[in-house]
Amino acid sequence: MTDINPPITGEAIPQPSAAPGTLHTEELLVNMGPQHPSTHGVLRLLLRTDGELVVEATPHIGYLHRCAEKIGENVTPVQFVPMTDRLDYLAAMNNNHGYSLAVEKLCGIEVPERARYIRVIMCELNRIASHLVSFGSYGLDMGAFTPFLYAFREREYILDLFEATCGARLTYNYLTIGGAAADLPEGFLQRLAGFLDYFEPKIDEYNRLLSYNYIFVKRTAGVGVISAADAIAYGLTGPCLRGSGVRWDLRRCVPYEIYDRFEFDIPIGVPGGTDDIPPEVVVGDSWSRYFVRMLEMKQSVRILRQCLRQIPDGEYRAKVPRVLKLPAGEVYLEVEGARGQLGFLVVGDNGPIPRRVKVRGPSFCNLSIIPHVCRQVLLADVAAILGSIDVVMGEVDR
Amino acid sequence: MCVGTGVQKLAFPIFLILLLASIALAWAPALLWPHKPLLVRDILAVVGVVAFVSLFAMFAIWWERKVAARIQSRLGPMRVGGWHGWAQSLADGLKLFQKEDIFLAGADRPLYRLAAYIAFVPALCLFLALPFSAAWIARDLDVGLLFILALLGLGVLGVLLAGWASNNKWSMYGAMREACQMISYEIPLGFALLVPILTAGTLRLTAIGDLQSAGLPSWLAFRNPFLLVAAVLFFLATLASCKRAPFDLPEAESELVAGYHTEYSGFRWALFFFAEYAEMFAAGALAAILFFGAWHSPLPAEWGRAWRSGPLWQQALHGVVFSGPLWLIGKGLFFVYVQMWLRWTLPRIRLDQVMYACVQVMLPLAMLNLLAHAVWQWLVPADSLLARIANGVCTAIGAVTIVAILATIAYGLFHRRRLVGTLVVDHLPGA
Repeated sequence: MTDINPPITGEAIPQPSAAPGTLHTEELLVNMGPQHPSTHGVLRLLLRTDGELVVEATPHIGYLHRCAEKIGENVTPVQFVPMTDRLDYLAAMNNNHGYSLAVEKLCGIEVPERARYIRVIMCELNRIASHLVSFGSYGLDMGAFTPFLYAFREREYILDLFEATCGARLTYNYLTIGGAAADLPEGFLQRLAGFLDYFEPKIDEYNRLLSYNYIFVKRTAGVGVISAADAIAYGLTGPCLRGSGVRWDLRRCVPYEIYDRFEFDIPIGVPGGTDDIPPEVVVGDSWSRYFVRMLEMKQSVRILRQCLRQIPDGEYRAKVPRVLKLPAGEVYLEVEGARGQLGFLVVGDNGPIPRRVKVRGPSFCNLSIIPHVCRQVLLADVAAILGSIDVVMGEVDR
Repeated sequence: MCVGTGVQKLAFPIFLILLLASIALAWAPALLWPHKPLLVRDILAVVGVVAFVSLFAMFAIWWERKVAARIQSRLGPMRVGGWHGWAQSLADGLKLFQKEDIFLAGADRPLYRLAAYIAFVPALCLFLALPFSAAWIARDLDVGLLFILALLGLGVLGVLLAGWASNNKWSMYGAMREACQMISYEIPLGFALLVPILTAGTLRLTAIGDLQSAGLPSWLAFRNPFLLVAAVLFFLATLASCKRAPFDLPEAESELVAGYHTEYSGFRWALFFFAEYAEMFAAGALAAILFFGAWHSPLPAEWGRAWRSGPLWQQALHGVVFSGPLWLIGKGLFFVYVQMWLRWTLPRIRLDQVMYACVQVMLPLAMLNLLAHAVWQWLVPADSLLARIANGVCTAIGAVTIVAILATIAYGLFHRRRLVGTLVVDHLPGA
């Protein structure tokens, strides 16, 4: 493999020598990013291209590294919760939730029932919001400008609900150690029910508008196929894994919190031709990964309706001492974030401040498949593949 | 929100009047003072053309933003100038005009400059041969259609130069894609154009327009099914030629930042932009002239013959109701609107799919269509029953489609609040 990081002196990249009788063309080394409208954040993709054909793609990360894990060694768990918001900032409630669960498991804190339901409501709402962004920006990458605006219109209603609850629209610091930082405001549940009634038919509308659109299908079906074996080997999780046909979701397979009380399906990628799936679709292609997210939004709505029926009255937070002492020992706990399995390792050492906090960002592992899958694809397909993997650089770089 | 009071509400109609005045400035002298020296007349024509294109481009940019906004469930420009932000493009133009002229290090300066001019000037020049009515034309060329086609094709050179001179790999990609796409689609465009040329027997645009003065059934698109197919093919090919979505790969924002004009800023970029909107209108006007009745209304011009030789107000009324430049502008605007509609609805097609569609789908279809039409024209006499049935069926299809489109637009206009489906969220207590 030729050295794809040429020295800055500007030496020429060694070109593959042309076989006799073939046309010799030069390969171009192009930088996609870190500032680029379609890399979903500050990701730098170094592409070696032969015309429009991408021969090799290498992601370079670290542009959003903010030393979150190091900060975790200097602040108390309650002070670290806002930091978790900024990991996967599109689904911040899930991050808060995961970290809080890890610390509670380490300290043996029992969370009251109502708090658990509040957590599930917030996590599922944030999952919907995150998938809406994914849906909108994927459409935008493919050139369909309008679904992006529709997705953000729906997101506004969700963000209004969040703002009423905790005052913030993106980084909430709400699901904290012991439960939630405050109770749900008055009228929240009615408003949520109204939103669900409004939103559920919209998912079908967006499927008609974008998912089954002929041009969109042609752009994404059969592009960037990841087999189930590859997906597991590379540590893919979340919709990327489920799009390849592997029915694995932590909420069902390793239930945490109260997810075992709810009835919901785990959508996976299916071959084209079954049901309404367009015939060009292959299991594990970009369309499958994208469509799994659309179906997951429906399942989240289903979970939310069940939460609305089942949520009890009670405490919204456990009694947690003001100075929480973390016992010696370590806990590693994974939750199903919007992008995959989000893991938190908390190592305590009999003090208020943990010795080590480690975050397993799902997007970091999902991104690792880019060099494997972006081979011999067109430039436009790189955008399609990257959009379907749906990375958030906050998680990748921490 | 600025709603616009009193005089401000008149801003938009004044703008429309200015648009018409610019056309009149270009062509009225030829009508009213035929004995004026040719040079004066030509200078007035050029001034009128530049004024029309500039005004139209400004209007089209504002309109595109409004159309895009409405499709996307938002409002668009609302503040600048008062009434629905009508002066937005004026403000943008002034801003771009006073921006610093940036040159990249390593950019090829002469070519960098030249590219913008080569992209812009042909888009202006083709309006010289574009008739707005039988007598409203700057130069009634015998080969008017060929002239316009040639100038539309010249724009490719500007794009290629822009991509090369920018010293930016992404711009190069955009330019390469553009060259590929525009040139390939010229072929089905040509084949689609040959069909009405066969029918009319001339390349002179005013003659082609005059053929369609007998009302909706006489419009070339509705005379036989092959002309209808040719009309659709022509429209699609001009979409690709004008780099409009779904064929906007050369300016694919998500992949290439801005394609071939990434490194252009300020007024140079505005030149590219103007050229694009000018080409859009030219494509729409050309479609109208060649296929959809030119400057005639769906009513036969015969019915208003008496008004043509009456007092001035009656002549004006004839122009408005039966046959006049307003109809051509209206039809051109309608096609521009359809182009915008498509842009904000459909995703982008990948380059290899674009080429596949051109070479393996449109080209054979266009060729077969031309062959079939030639055979039809040879074998089927113009006044036979078969021809009349074909004419009637196509006219019916056309009428139904036009009415359906207009009804959809009107429905959306009147029910826009309900269609957006707003869920009013009052702030919850404590929010």
